[in-house]
Amino acid sequence: MPQIFHRSANTIARVSIYGAVFILAGLGYLGWRVNFSSYYTNVGAHEPQPVPFSHKHHVSGLGIDCRYCHVSVENSSFAGIPPTHTCMSCHSKIWVNSAMLQPVRFSYATDQSLAWTRVNALPDFVYFNHGIHIHKGIGCTTCHGPVGDMPITWKANTLYMRWCINCHKHPWRYVRPRQYVFSVTYKPPPDQNALGRRLVKEYKIKDATQITDCYTCHR
Amino acid sequence: MSGKEKPQIPIDLAAVRSALEKSGGKRMWRGLDDLAGSREFQDFRDHEYPYDDPKSRLGVSRRDFLKVAGAATTLLGLTACTKLPVEKIVPYVNAPEQIVPGHPLFYATSMPFQGYGTGLLVESHMGRPTKAEGNPGHPASLGSTDIYAQASLLDMYDPDRAQVVLREGHVGSYSDFLDLLKGLRAEHLAKKGAGLRFLTETVTSPTLADQFHDLLTQFPQAKWHQYEPLARDNARAGAKLAFGEYVETVYHFDQADVVVALDSDFMASGPGAVRYAREFANKRRVTGPDSTMSRFYAVECTPTVTGVQADHRLRLKSGDVEAVARSLAAQLGVKVSSVVTAPAGIPAGWIEAVVRDLQNHKGACVVVAGDHQPPVVHALAHAMNDILGGVGKTVTYTGPAEANPMDQVQSLRDLASDLDNGAVEMLVMFGGNPIYNAPADIPFLDKLKKAKLRIHLSLYDNETAEYCHWHIPAAHYLESWSDARADDGTVGIIQPLIAPLYNGVSAHEILTVLQGQEGRTGHTIVREYWMKQKPGANFEEQWEAWLEKGVVADTALPAKKVALKLDFDTSGGGGSKPGGMEVVFRPDPTVWDGRYANNGWLQELPKPISKLTWDNVASVSPTTAQQLSISNGDVLKVSLGGRSVTAPAWISVGQVDECVVLYLGYGRRRAGRIGTGIGYDAYAIRSSDTPWFASGLQVKKTGDTYKLVTTQHHRIMKENGVETEIESRAAFQRGVMRVGTLEEFKQNPDFAKNPPDETTEAKSLYPPYNYKVGYQWGMSIDLNACIGCNACVIACQAENNIAVVGKDQVSKGREMHWLRVDSYFQGDLDQPQIYSEPVPCMQCENAPCEYVCPVGATVHSPEGLNEMVYNRCVGTRYCSNNCSYKVRHFNFFLYSDWNTPSLFGLRNPDVTVRSRGVMEKCTYCVQRINEVKIKAEESNRTIQDGEIATACEQVCPTKAIVFGDIIDSGSRVAKVKGQSRDYSLLADLNTRPRTTYLAKLRNPNPEIKE
Repeated sequence: MPQIFHRSANTIARVSIYGAVFILAGLGYLGWRVNFSSYYTNVGAHEPQPVPFSHKHHVSGLGIDCRYCHVSVENSSFAGIPPTHTCMSCHSKIWVNSAMLQPVRFSYATDQSLAWTRVNALPDFVYFNHGIHIHKGIGCTTCHGPVGDMPITWKANTLYMRWCINCHKHPWRYVRPRQYVFSVTYKPPPDQNALGRRLVKEYKIKDATQITDCYTCHR
Repeated sequence: MSGKEKPQIPIDLAAVRSALEKSGGKRMWRGLDDLAGSREFQDFRDHEYPYDDPKSRLGVSRRDFLKVAGAATTLLGLTACTKLPVEKIVPYVNAPEQIVPGHPLFYATSMPFQGYGTGLLVESHMGRPTKAEGNPGHPASLGSTDIYAQASLLDMYDPDRAQVVLREGHVGSYSDFLDLLKGLRAEHLAKKGAGLRFLTETVTSPTLADQFHDLLTQFPQAKWHQYEPLARDNARAGAKLAFGEYVETVYHFDQADVVVALDSDFMASGPGAVRYAREFANKRRVTGPDSTMSRFYAVECTPTVTGVQADHRLRLKSGDVEAVARSLAAQLGVKVSSVVTAPAGIPAGWIEAVVRDLQNHKGACVVVAGDHQPPVVHALAHAMNDILGGVGKTVTYTGPAEANPMDQVQSLRDLASDLDNGAVEMLVMFGGNPIYNAPADIPFLDKLKKAKLRIHLSLYDNETAEYCHWHIPAAHYLESWSDARADDGTVGIIQPLIAPLYNGVSAHEILTVLQGQEGRTGHTIVREYWMKQKPGANFEEQWEAWLEKGVVADTALPAKKVALKLDFDTSGGGGSKPGGMEVVFRPDPTVWDGRYANNGWLQELPKPISKLTWDNVASVSPTTAQQLSISNGDVLKVSLGGRSVTAPAWISVGQVDECVVLYLGYGRRRAGRIGTGIGYDAYAIRSSDTPWFASGLQVKKTGDTYKLVTTQHHRIMKENGVETEIESRAAFQRGVMRVGTLEEFKQNPDFAKNPPDETTEAKSLYPPYNYKVGYQWGMSIDLNACIGCNACVIACQAENNIAVVGKDQVSKGREMHWLRVDSYFQGDLDQPQIYSEPVPCMQCENAPCEYVCPVGATVHSPEGLNEMVYNRCVGTRYCSNNCSYKVRHFNFFLYSDWNTPSLFGLRNPDVTVRSRGVMEKCTYCVQRINEVKIKAEESNRTIQDGEIATACEQVCPTKAIVFGDIIDSGSRVAKVKGQSRDYSLLADLNTRPRTTYLAKLRNPNPEIKE
């Protein structure tokens, strides 16, 4: 009986079987990359906002404290988005005719809220609490990135669970002295690990088994 | 009512009796199905969810589906890869004071129920009321509530509430209505109000009473009628009979060593019930062998929450209770006019023993007459309390808390006759639903049509609204200003938590228009009334304090000295009423008089003892059932005085023979999408002269059957342990419900203890957790305090966003209540002891559920909780299959309502609303634990004992549930668990549950042999 396939078919078969591993791995890698791409995570994306509010200008330029606007950040789960009144406490005196601020004035005059686009969102089954993180010495910029350099606010981190867990497992890598929590210029010192371990003890940050427990965030 | 469902297999009661006799009196049983060993009972006992549909509606079996789905699993996995939706953040323009997003606020208010107020602290999240808690400073609450206060939140958000003004059935305008009222005011002023009638339910509100007073001064010929179907006419008439005036009777069960209840359900219904339950439990709280307990005798026809707590429970026809009262009274030395013959069915010496017990505790005993008993029984009870020296100690009298006490049935009769005479030109009804619930001999619909103008204000467009010219949506109590008195007279201001969802208005606001003071808001009306009552420079300060505390200071009515009339007992009679079948009318234990028919929480809440859901029944005793060959679900035609109704039968163990109990509140024709058309309407045969019981009932089987759904045999824990190789264990009884008498307890304080070898950490194959550090949460449930009132079940439902599943799903065992209350019976069918046992998740230290989850969706926390992680759960149901206590609940469908906008506001934002395909269970209210834990850490301290209260613990009227840190030796829970009565359920499995129980104790009178 004559051979149906040429001998070279063996090579093709070998390559395609062997290649399948690479193709599958490649697809997996692609999926992985998509999962962490800014397309998918929105990291670095500039969301359209009713007013192009600049943290860079207000925080770094003018030196306004985070808590001037995000009033409940120290003692509530929700940091708080300022009411229009807070904006108008300054903008009734300065930039009163700015076209950019028209939506703010409109909101104040008509008692209709501004609708900001949420930049840092967590799924509804995650119960994050700002207050306890502030209290334990986690700075704003640790999660929200270099807010002082943001002319328009963007998401600086994926906020994925693996990202959360990374800190909950190794809090000493990220914790900073309480007095620098609201600092946007804070840079971790070269001996961060030593400082971190000291602060973890001082601030009574619980060990990983406690703070990686599911009910810490999910319920 | 027709029998569409497949017939249930009748239980052979004779066989059940003989089986029960053989097993001896000690056996604990879970109902007739248990004794009969019915197929359904076995299925529910031995299988997790026995009645899964083998084929779906598409005709595909689960197995086939999985084969196909298996191929697509990888693709299905991609559905997890959704991008988060873009959300908006909408801040305030001007932030209101005090509101901090993320922190709930609590406002004090009062919930009016049958007129009487219960103080509440209502939790509000950003302006949305989400949960009611009791107000510890309010005398009718003491920090706890009943089921109705918990469920009232759902009522407020009910999408079926009346939403628009209706004018002859079409959408009308409220301003037109106000214009009309103003015109009518002028018209009726000229006629001095002749032809003007008002109909309300019971009113205690001082402000409303003041408005009516002013109105009746302006319109001297107008009349104010009151009617509600479960009014306390007998109690009022009894007081009048005994003292010549209306008085409010306030009991003090914490002062009573002996309590005798004559057909009274004082811990579950009537004003003061929540406080009475607390006082009663406090007097029976046992901490050690030297503790004492009060003794409780109850006489009743069918088991009630209160009655089954009795140390001696005498089942007797309602009509025979009067004879018992007369016998008791006569032997205690009260002058009784008629010759007393004790009715048949009372064990020899029973009454004499009770009398001796009462006389031995003079000044520390109380006799309570039930609202269903005729006035003379109330008068006899007053006389007995007088002669026993209880007045001023165990019972006090005050002036009436009601604003205008009257005989309400008579009031309705008067209104009906005025309507007949054409004397009524304008009838304004504030709340109430007389077309549905008026007595059958007052055909209110025909009469009502004779009024020229009919105006109805109510929460729902109900049966009565249908026949009114104007229907005005009422504001819920959480949306309006008002005030209400508790039974002791204490006034609580009702303040709104939210603006009316559907532009509802209150009675105050309509009355003020008729008063000619249009434009006053509810707030102004209530505030100005109290300014008049308590004037002074510091009024504003006082007002703020009242609002904050929930009670108006010094408004409790002072104790009143009353003189017993000696000749009150003028009626002849006495003894038994004519024989034959007796009918007894009772409010439904969950939907009450029908006002909660559209409340899904209350419909699905298993009724105490019978555990029936979604229906009302005609209950009969086992003996009567045998005589008439009735089994559960047989449709009966019951006729009384020429009227009849068909009702499904239910065999109620512990009920008196020759008696049918009909439950009111069902058979609504216009309740809403939940309440319409379920159950039968017992009002159809309830007449005004025998509103509570009557004899001469005709009972006939129609031959149809009706599917009743009870959870009584769901989630059964096996009483017999696994037979092990150890011989002595073969006949091992687990004692899931452990009961002893006080005497036994004193002799052997450890009678309920688990054998120590049963629960050792060393026996576990798994590596132990370190339970010596941090907080270790645990719970103790005192079965001696628990009365099975269900408040915990519904509080849990409100706190944890638990879904309602409907009758069909409940019949398959798919009810979602994280906390269930099991009924246990002991003794014979006719006169069993009945016990209640609340079962939440046990939070086992060696939890069977955790080891079997393939995806790690249920894991152990360092604080000892079995965590259920919804976002990991893929719905294998292995955990629930392996749960020894059957406390896990699976979302077979999308049970939570994700579509109705008004219900979104109700949800607790701190708890995930579960989707389909997810397992759920009790979490020990972890959202409350975390909240307090974070608060404590932020202020650098540890959590104080009592700072965290689970929803069930907080609501419990008897404080049977205690939660806390078990390794803190000073905590309440550690102390309670240290008691010798502490035991674990199914301890032989070595699950080491964190939830443990204190054994139930009884305190029987040694003189009475049973």
